[in-house]
Amino acid sequence: MGMVVRLRDPFMDWVRRIDEIINAVNFEGNTAKIDATGLTHKELNDLIRLCVEKGADKIILKNVCGQRYIGTRLYFPGKRVEIEIYGTPGNDLGMFMNGHRIVVHGNAQDGVGNTMNEGEIVVEGRAGDVVAMSMRGGRIFIRDDVGYRTAIHMKEYREKVPVLVIGGSSQDFLGEYMAGGVVLLLGLNSKKHRANYIGTGMHGGVIYIRGKVEPYQFGKEVGIVEMEEEDYRRVEGLVEDYLKFFRGKGVDEKLEVDEVMGEKFTKLVPVSKRPYGRIYTY
Amino acid sequence: MKMKSHLLPEFMIERDEERCDNCKVCVKQCPFGVHYYDEETGKVYSKEELCVGCQRCVVYCPRNALKVIPYPGHYRPNDYWHEEYIRDIKKQAETGGIILTSCGSARRAKVYWDHILLNASQVTNPSIDPLREPMELRTFLGRKPDRLEIELDENGDVEIKTELSPNLMIETPILFAGMSYGAISYNAFKSLAMAAKRFGTLFNTGEGGMPKDMREEFKDCAIVQCASGRFGVDPEYFNYSAAIEIKIGQGAKPGIGGHLPGEKVTATISSTRMIPEGTDAISPAPHHDIYSIEDLSMLIYALKEVTNYEKPVCVKIAAVHNVAAIASGMVRAGADIIAIDGFRGGTGATPKIMREHVGIPVELALAAVDQRLREEGIRNKCSIIVGGGIRCAADVVKAIALGADAVYIGTAALIALGCTMCQRCHTGKCAWGICTQDPELSKRLNPKVGAERAYNLLRAWSLEIKDVLGGMGINAIESLRGNRDHLRGIGLEEWELKVLGIKGAGE
Repeated sequence: MGMVVRLRDPFMDWVRRIDEIINAVNFEGNTAKIDATGLTHKELNDLIRLCVEKGADKIILKNVCGQRYIGTRLYFPGKRVEIEIYGTPGNDLGMFMNGHRIVVHGNAQDGVGNTMNEGEIVVEGRAGDVVAMSMRGGRIFIRDDVGYRTAIHMKEYREKVPVLVIGGSSQDFLGEYMAGGVVLLLGLNSKKHRANYIGTGMHGGVIYIRGKVEPYQFGKEVGIVEMEEEDYRRVEGLVEDYLKFFRGKGVDEKLEVDEVMGEKFTKLVPVSKRPYGRIYTY
Repeated sequence: MKMKSHLLPEFMIERDEERCDNCKVCVKQCPFGVHYYDEETGKVYSKEELCVGCQRCVVYCPRNALKVIPYPGHYRPNDYWHEEYIRDIKKQAETGGIILTSCGSARRAKVYWDHILLNASQVTNPSIDPLREPMELRTFLGRKPDRLEIELDENGDVEIKTELSPNLMIETPILFAGMSYGAISYNAFKSLAMAAKRFGTLFNTGEGGMPKDMREEFKDCAIVQCASGRFGVDPEYFNYSAAIEIKIGQGAKPGIGGHLPGEKVTATISSTRMIPEGTDAISPAPHHDIYSIEDLSMLIYALKEVTNYEKPVCVKIAAVHNVAAIASGMVRAGADIIAIDGFRGGTGATPKIMREHVGIPVELALAAVDQRLREEGIRNKCSIIVGGGIRCAADVVKAIALGADAVYIGTAALIALGCTMCQRCHTGKCAWGICTQDPELSKRLNPKVGAERAYNLLRAWSLEIKDVLGGMGINAIESLRGNRDHLRGIGLEEWELKVLGIKGAGE
């Protein structure tokens, strides 16, 4: 026999047993504090799950540094937990999340709210690529900019309408394949939006863009329509929440809703619910 | 101005006027509008240019008055400019569109199963009679440990100390392949679920979600898919399952996405997929969170996280050129099961160009993957399921000897339910109530009857597999797995034998 091949598993290797890492948890009433220093992705999520099983309804994570899937392993129907994160959570923050609330005091990486089902994520900073991909419920608020392919294939069904609010701007392919939901891009920190191919293949939902954006930046499956009374009401409600979350936390304390609403808004909707219906022969 | 193509009919309908009593059963049975009743003459006639050759009217005619036969007229015979090319060109000249088709590849290409022969015991080791001796088909799918540490307790009982990964236990190495509710009717979907449950194997939801009313009952025998469209995907869906399959690709259409046209997104489909009624259900070509092996790993572990590491995660790909290297990456990314779908694999709709020209035969892909994973010492890290045109129990046995742990059957399962391979799934007018969302047509398939037939197929093939194993002198499917000594090739080139890892007959 040859040598024994050891398959390195970057995710599962070095994962310690709960009793070896339990010291990282500090319980006070229903609040659990976890020091994430040196914990692997799985270890941190093992501890978060344990805390929720033990009755915690608020979890404060300190020194988070790239740990993934925070909030994912908390499928407890009917239960709502609030997670506060200090540091930088890793990819897929709140992926498949089902009803919890996450506040990040800092930046987030790729895949925030990926295929998220319910709940709320608030990021006091920027986020990476594929934010809110395939998201199907709940709300995400990002204070600053986001990366590429944001809100790609976001969906809605009846009363479940996902909402994504971005304070800054986005990179290309915002709302690609979008099939439902609401995206609001505020552009508070930039003169002009940079994204191209906005809404390519879009066949549902709505994108509101505040500030300057040129027609060439849109995909050919989107149409620009007039903002109506109802749209302004909806956007204003979201701006109020945005300012509530971020005023004094990187957003000017004195910034008022009216000032944000004073700028021009562009509303994008799909031209067709069936963008690719006529490419086949009989 | 449009010029009509004036295509030749594909089928000719012969109605025996003496037998036909104009009862109109054929009119009622044909969803393609071929047969019609003329009030004035009181007789039934046929528009044969509309016929797809599904043979429904023929077998339902109470007086055996109908014959549907390939149209005998043709253009001047030409082995190069085959009639199919002429027909397609004419259609495309008329419409400017992509040729859409369904089922699996129908083209003439080497079928490697048919060039492989099985072994049997003679003299030097005894064959086993499966009727009298136990024969083990039970199969475990999932990651196996590198080594097993055991401990003997004070009573001398063995206890396994190694932490084991979750595995699926099935009673025969045959599973139903992913076919979504949407591609197939609710009754067809439920038939397979019921048959799988009763037999002790698994069915696969495909990418269209799992109807709410089926979740509790079938959660232990469902592999739920997570595909690029993420339809009907929520944490409950994942947690009500035996395993999760990430669908990267499909043998009938490698590399492309798909879409369920809006008209098929009915109220119940819409609630299962969780998208509005009447919108196209578009599956993007890639998962937009997977552009690399590292990204695949990220999704695999996201799925393990959301199910608390309680379920194996499978990754399904189409058999393509570099399949062995890709499979190695998939295993390293954390896949517990890898599923490989060959180019003969079926579909509810695909552009013909993809179905006929993209991908490689699953026999070669399987042999290459198994070999590669063995060489790299990681074969135990995953189970392999292959699918894509498995037609009979012999194909299953050959697949397992080539290295598969189990097979997926899709087309064969649908044939058990009534399908006659007319390749018109994409029209949504399936005369057998399988590939349709039309409530009237769907009623033609009773799930109880369907389940019984699918169950019978599993039983029949399992019996045949046991027979073959007995003949080889083997009493467990485990001993056949990857046992290529039991295979010999005929009519194969040197390179083909090398890829398959088998000797030629007589060698």
